[in-house]
Amino acid sequence: MTDLAIRTTELTRAFGSVLALDRVSLEVPKGIIFGFLGPNGAGKTTTIRLLLGLLEPTAGRAEVLGLDTRTHAQEVRRRTGALLEHPGLYERLSAEANLDFHARARRLPAPERRARIRELLDRLGLWERRREPVGRWSRGMRQKLAVARALLHRPPLVFLDEPTAGLDPVAAAALRDDLASLAAHEGTTVFLTTHNLAEAEKLCARIAVIRRGRVVAVGRPEELRARRRGTEVLVTGRGFTGEVLERLRTRPEVRRAELDDGRLSLELRDDANAAPLVALLVHAGVEVEEVHRASGSLEDAILALMEET
Amino acid sequence: MIADIWTVLRKDWIELTLAGGGPRAGAVRAALVVFVFGIIIPLQAGRDWVDAPAFLAFWTSMPLLLVSGVVADSFAGERERHTLETLLATPLSDRAILLGKVGAVVAYGWGLAVTSLPIALLTVNLAERGGPLILYPLPVLGGILLAGLLTALLGATAGVLVSLRAHTVRQAQQLLGIAMLALLFLPLLGARLLPAAVADLIASRLAATDPALLAGLALAALAALDLLLLALAAARFRRDRLILD
Repeated sequence: MTDLAIRTTELTRAFGSVLALDRVSLEVPKGIIFGFLGPNGAGKTTTIRLLLGLLEPTAGRAEVLGLDTRTHAQEVRRRTGALLEHPGLYERLSAEANLDFHARARRLPAPERRARIRELLDRLGLWERRREPVGRWSRGMRQKLAVARALLHRPPLVFLDEPTAGLDPVAAAALRDDLASLAAHEGTTVFLTTHNLAEAEKLCARIAVIRRGRVVAVGRPEELRARRRGTEVLVTGRGFTGEVLERLRTRPEVRRAELDDGRLSLELRDDANAAPLVALLVHAGVEVEEVHRASGSLEDAILALMEET
Repeated sequence: MIADIWTVLRKDWIELTLAGGGPRAGAVRAALVVFVFGIIIPLQAGRDWVDAPAFLAFWTSMPLLLVSGVVADSFAGERERHTLETLLATPLSDRAILLGKVGAVVAYGWGLAVTSLPIALLTVNLAERGGPLILYPLPVLGGILLAGLLTALLGATAGVLVSLRAHTVRQAQQLLGIAMLALLFLPLLGARLLPAAVADLIASRLAATDPALLAGLALAALAALDLLLLALAAARFRRDRLILD
């Protein structure tokens, strides 16, 4: 029995000459919310389609809950839930009828079907409006219903593709809280794709960053943040001349040196030591008052990763 | 498998009845069809409605027309309303989805025809009251029901085949309209292009053949065409292609 919900090995998918996913190797432990971050077109949706067996890889392989997605696609879909790019709700049907269809598709017995639909709609505050056609609902309510649909058959793994995309900030925050609560309550592994970095920071135990089809970083949010923390240095003082800036920029450990509102902002490569640079400043006549290593956010860290690659 | 087909059929059936403004609008539409084909036309035709071959042929074309009006929505509608990928992400098998969708539109077209048929008989009997009870002979009734089912299936399989790859419902409707016109008029055009001697020979052979045998052969040919189109639709149903299209 593996402790991994997902394992991909050199997973690759090409569409003609376009490489949408390039040798992606990932391991997603069971029971966590795993964030899969990247800009639009990075390969997030393609990854989910491959993991659900909706598309076949061009090369490499993927195992979901120990099942090969190429040979056991139907079983993978039976044992997982998904909220894809669109909520995928039948707008003419009521919320109850939508969930009923998907519960039947998962072959839930009738008593369990009814009880589970009531339980989920109750928990998400949608029970009172269960008989309304969902086409009349707000986007936030529909997203909540789509999340409920993904969890309907108590799957051990759920794929959520940008669940808060297009929601207003209040609705997005409410859905995030619901997601965190549902994931904790159900003990489900969540594979969450998003380009909302704050959302990932709040929800995810581990994060992978994908860009142009390649995974550029994987780790816990604090590990990714730590990469950035060691590279951002702010220096307060007087005497930052153009000549000093040019000398800093020629140093191999300095990626960027700029004056920002009278302060010197340095971006260093990897975990470069800032002390020699401070010595250089002092030697050049700069009156250094304060040196501060910035505690960059995950957003800074990931944006830096994106720029690096 | 049967349970999965029923799941898709049931969902599509509910969607069909709710299309265009909720359950009341759906009921009004169905009632209108039954009113026209079960009351108005039989009332005007009188006894001919039961006896004349042209009116018997009507029962075979009515399900085809009804099915053609709704089948374009089957896959193109799911694609247009962004529900197709979620449907494909369920564990329902390819065959269950395909047969469920075909079944839903056949049930709609054939169901309305079958509902209209006894009402039409009642209408004719009321219009011709005082005379003997007017009924279809049992073999004719069986032939009508079977032919109606097969033409409904023809419309459904052809429509699903078109709808599978159409980007929008409108595009599917346009393609289906052209296909139906071709289906109806190409045989007529072909018959007119035949040399007179050949046409006469065929006509004399047909006239000399037992009508029951002819009807049986026509039904068998229709069934074979249905199976062919269904097999083509099954071959074209590929989850990856449906998503990437």
